[in-house]
Amino acid sequence: MSEQTTAATDPLIADYEGKIQRDNRTGFDGYVVPVELLISFVNRLKNERGYDYLSSITSVDYEQDGYFEVVYHLYRILGGESMTLKVRTGRETPQVPSLYHIFPGADLQEREVWDLMGIKFEGHPDLRRVLLWEGFYGHPLQKDWKEPYFEEEIKPFKSRWPEGEPSYAEDKNPFADNVQYPADFDPTKWRESSESRLYSSLQQAGASILESDESDKIIINLGPQHPSTHGVFRMVANIEGERIVGLKPAFGYLHRNHEKIGERNTFIQNIPFTDRLDYICSMSNNLGYVQAVEMLMGLQPPERAEYIRVIMAELTRVINHVFWIGFLLNDLGAFFTPSLYALEERELILDVFEEVSGSRMMCNYMRFGGVVRDISPEVLEKIRILVNDRLPRKLEDFERYLTNSEIIRARCEGIGILTQEEAIAYSASGPVLRASGVPYDIRRAEPYSIYDRFDFNVAYATHGDVYDRYLVRVQEVKESIKILKQAINDIPEGPYLAGKSQYQVRVPAGEAYGRIESPKGELGFYIVSNGKPNPWRYHVRAPSFINLTGLEKMCLGEKVADVVVILGSIDIVLGEVDR
Amino acid sequence: MNGWEIIRGLGVTLGHFFDTYLEDIRWKGKRYRTKEGIEGRRNASVRGAFTIQYPEEKLPVWEEFRYLPFLVYDISAEGEREIRCTACGICSKVCPPQCIWITRKKDPETGRPITKPEVFAIDVDICMNCGFCAEFCPFDAIKMDHEYEIASRSRDGNIYQLEKLLKSKDYYHSIRPNNSSREEKEKLEKEAEKLKKSESTV
Amino acid sequence: MEKMNINSPDNSIPVELAGQVFITPVDQIYNWSRRNSIWPMFFGLACCAIEMIVTAASRYDISRFGSEVMRPSPRQADLMIISGTVTKKMVPQIVRLYNQMAEPKYVMAMGACASGGGPFKEGYSVVSGIDRYLPVDIYVPGCPPTPQALLNGLISLQKKIDKQMLKNAPWYKKGAIQEIPVPVLGPDLMDQRMYEKIKEHASQQARESEQDQSASSEVAA
Repeated sequence: MSEQTTAATDPLIADYEGKIQRDNRTGFDGYVVPVELLISFVNRLKNERGYDYLSSITSVDYEQDGYFEVVYHLYRILGGESMTLKVRTGRETPQVPSLYHIFPGADLQEREVWDLMGIKFEGHPDLRRVLLWEGFYGHPLQKDWKEPYFEEEIKPFKSRWPEGEPSYAEDKNPFADNVQYPADFDPTKWRESSESRLYSSLQQAGASILESDESDKIIINLGPQHPSTHGVFRMVANIEGERIVGLKPAFGYLHRNHEKIGERNTFIQNIPFTDRLDYICSMSNNLGYVQAVEMLMGLQPPERAEYIRVIMAELTRVINHVFWIGFLLNDLGAFFTPSLYALEERELILDVFEEVSGSRMMCNYMRFGGVVRDISPEVLEKIRILVNDRLPRKLEDFERYLTNSEIIRARCEGIGILTQEEAIAYSASGPVLRASGVPYDIRRAEPYSIYDRFDFNVAYATHGDVYDRYLVRVQEVKESIKILKQAINDIPEGPYLAGKSQYQVRVPAGEAYGRIESPKGELGFYIVSNGKPNPWRYHVRAPSFINLTGLEKMCLGEKVADVVVILGSIDIVLGEVDR
Repeated sequence: MNGWEIIRGLGVTLGHFFDTYLEDIRWKGKRYRTKEGIEGRRNASVRGAFTIQYPEEKLPVWEEFRYLPFLVYDISAEGEREIRCTACGICSKVCPPQCIWITRKKDPETGRPITKPEVFAIDVDICMNCGFCAEFCPFDAIKMDHEYEIASRSRDGNIYQLEKLLKSKDYYHSIRPNNSSREEKEKLEKEAEKLKKSESTV
Repeated sequence: MEKMNINSPDNSIPVELAGQVFITPVDQIYNWSRRNSIWPMFFGLACCAIEMIVTAASRYDISRFGSEVMRPSPRQADLMIISGTVTKKMVPQIVRLYNQMAEPKYVMAMGACASGGGPFKEGYSVVSGIDRYLPVDIYVPGCPPTPQALLNGLISLQKKIDKQMLKNAPWYKKGAIQEIPVPVLGPDLMDQRMYEKIKEHASQQARESEQDQSASSEVAA
């Protein structure tokens, strides 16, 4: 906040003669920028004020006021608070200038906003749908849009109680009344256009790279069913011999309407849904979400709860990175054996999660103002043994066998390079950003929870290749263990939940952008509340999704076999990419 | 040196292989299919084979483990089933994917609602096992089950109706002893307090 | 003498041959070998896929059931584990993969999403259960099913295989096995078997909107 109060008298804003206004609705923050000034203002913010990192782009549909609002969150890579910009555009022909040429990291995010909200970005070179397919009817996040099996506007549904009769939603609505077909629609004459647009955008990109070569180029598809793509991810590569000359990621094969469902849910109902975002790290997703809502509610969890949260979040980081190391080797061709050892460590930590939360993967452990139940001394003892003995020992094993292994060095060094400038421009976050020589960690840059109390280093490396991403992750596990040791020693006794656990929480109107350093990168939740039991807007800034923006850059000129490793090194989870 | 890494890698596997047999000898044949054996293979000091040989041995689940919900009933003095559920509808309101349907019973004569469920159905093909229903139930009537061996050939019966959901208090106590005793204790305390209050007012 | 079927379980061994020969129904050998080598397809969809990988890993070790050979190619796989949410965008691929699998083939719906849509069922791009498109043999409820629940599902599948007989195995019957038509991504996911109804629905929608328009123009007039 202090950042913005000083900025109020900033000459930069005064230059615009009152055309750029503070957003003065209660609970809201940032500046409302007129559409025509956006490009010049952002350019000046970047060049004169050092806001060089575009964290998130999202949009809100203010149906009752008749406009869409595109919300930008800018940060300085050297740390500090955010600069929030808002641009409003009418609901009839929504159009906003694209920031693609200032921040290439806007690429996928703007496509997502176009896909789900229907806002056109003028000047975006490749504005295709990203999560749905071309030809899909409408833009789902608009408030007046209804899905095929639409039941009721908000939860809880009235049809469930007190007169609830079980039935299948699809039976009630058999031909999907809400689906809008064009006039004179004949399904036999329908032609899918997604693929042709994808291929033509690929060919355009490919042609500009290697003009002079005489050999033929071929387009190959990796995925969506491919053992190397970590789920239902698809890459369409333009190759020349073994070399990549163009590559487009295609996703949406696991698009589960997280945000649309999230806006129908009540606040607490969203917690188990966040488990299923990045399904390897459900604890950190919980943490990110409850923190964003707590920001809105102005709730402070008790000390013990904060410690428990940190312990769980760091254990999750260990799980994620250990799992990742196993599957990196899988991608390198060491089929499954190394990951068996990695999964062993994961199982032991999952046992802890299951004991405290009740489920191995979908923990649903955090609540607004604390956690759902206390951890017993036995569990704490178990974590202590893991942290003090087992994990460091196993990590040492991993390092001994892997870090200097000639096979790994030969396959990973110098592969998939993302330079420092590129990493920032592409809005990369997490280990991908840090491996490119940017020691930016939200736990340090803008400490949340109680991370300012712990002594740890931000792991980073300078080459920006796959090997450095490996090194960063190994180092991060070590730092996590360091944090865990301190947290277990310092954890105080006391309540684990502020107040009583309630199924209906009062969230005042306003907006909040809560972000945490999840194992994959910057996980942000943007929530707009209008004081009702359901959020008005619920957006997830998914690190794996945005890290993929730089995928093509990393892959150009590499061999096909390396693409698999590069993709692995970004560490994506499809639940989070597609949401 | 080419190939040295491969030999080192194979060495890991070989070490693991021998560890398994050394552990077997150390456990003197009690490593498998015994309770201590399973515990020994799931804690942090495990060496060698790590496998739990389902279905001959089953990994014991923790008390808080949750799978699908079920309804608890008490047995009254007359030996009749007393469903704890009062059809208050909190579980169906808090359920994130809205998979619980409840119809309140009505008095056949007056048509007034009574606090018992007529229909109570859970679609297990929607349920996300989050445990909110059990967490927020004020009557301890709905709880999360430990039973996970429920694979079936068809999903016709996958909307669980009241009869299928009902399980006895003793069953509940057997899967969650700590929770159920704690709740019993709280209930007794509350009743005692109530009694005290009513006595003092009299 | 009445002709006995040598495959029937009632067929007793003649006294003079007892202890000399080993008689077993062909079905039993056939099924025994099949059920202990169910190769699943290496095909993960969502959260459940992680539990599937873990089932194949050290603690649960699916190779004890002969199923550790996860094949990325559908041509070499016997079992398709639908491990997670099936989205509309993914259905055409899944149906295509299923069509490419060689008989005998089995489908297991793992988890709530694959069985009936799961928690994401209300959304716009999720299919309410893969059994609307493929014949499913085993349903494993849970969200996600624990590895042990998945193994339980595998054992149920083995039991199902045990009951199958060579005599009426559909894959030895004459005539090609019908392929499942691949759904098409239109304004919504369109099942080719429903084209007529979709057309009808679309034209009805057009008529309705026409009526609406004329009504509103009348009002305006």
